[in-house]
Amino acid sequence: MSQEIEDQNRRLLRARDAMDRAYAEPLDVQAVAAIAMASPAHFSRIFRATFGETPHHYLQRRRVERAMFLLRETDRSITDICFDVGFTSLGTFSRTFSAIVGETPSGYRAGHPPIEAPHCFQMAQTRPRLPAGVHPRSSRFGEARDESAA
Amino acid sequence: MITKLNVATIYVLDKNEALDFYVDKLGLEKGNDVRQGTYRWLTVRVPGGETEISLEQPGAPLHDDATAAQIRELITKGAMSGLVFVVDDVRALYEDLRAKGVTDFTQEPTDHFYGTDMGLRDPFGNAIRILQQGKARQPAAAQA
Repeated sequence: MSQEIEDQNRRLLRARDAMDRAYAEPLDVQAVAAIAMASPAHFSRIFRATFGETPHHYLQRRRVERAMFLLRETDRSITDICFDVGFTSLGTFSRTFSAIVGETPSGYRAGHPPIEAPHCFQMAQTRPRLPAGVHPRSSRFGEARDESAA
Repeated sequence: MITKLNVATIYVLDKNEALDFYVDKLGLEKGNDVRQGTYRWLTVRVPGGETEISLEQPGAPLHDDATAAQIRELITKGAMSGLVFVVDDVRALYEDLRAKGVTDFTQEPTDHFYGTDMGLRDPFGNAIRILQQGKARQPAAAQA
């Protein structure tokens, strides 16, 4: 049983790594599930059981973290950053960013100078967390709507 | 006064597979390989380096079966610690690893203000970062 869990964990980690690596590409749950060799519904379930949030949440937070990074560290326009990190609509980007971060992309940029820390630590440690008290199953970011539309 | 870091330990699921990855693929050299009964003291190190990296498997007599299973599960979900190496040419190493069949990259070589780095996983899920220090050809601003 342990061996099965370990093999499944490793496949799920490979899929999660793909989200961290290829967030800018048009990834969706189906494509990522294929990396883990699971059906999308089963993948979402076991991913959440293993990592504590759905793959959709994970990818959204990775994209928002990358957007936060580019807002801090570069002078690229917000529209460019939106597409840089894998969003296809400025409206969805702004809404998702604001819901997760608690301020708009331009507000965040104004209040946050660059961080002098190695990139990998920034990427690992500044991916936005779940707000306190929010169950990872809840979807208050409009993500369920996005997911059902996808 | 402490004068050097002598041994650092990472947990792996299989020592032979770890040796294949860390020595034959990544290019470290084997350090100690000593057997005492069922125990195998196995280390690798940066060629010519001073710090031994001890490759340990979870299990008896350090861990009971349930604890060892928990550690293995944490390794495979990428929740344990990792290693950061410095290399003189990160893109050459990237191509070399790909030629050797390594596919578990977490980040392709990427330029930053402090250098160029890449990320990968060992066969078990441990994170490995490899950094080429020095000013990169282009700043992070040019990277998406």
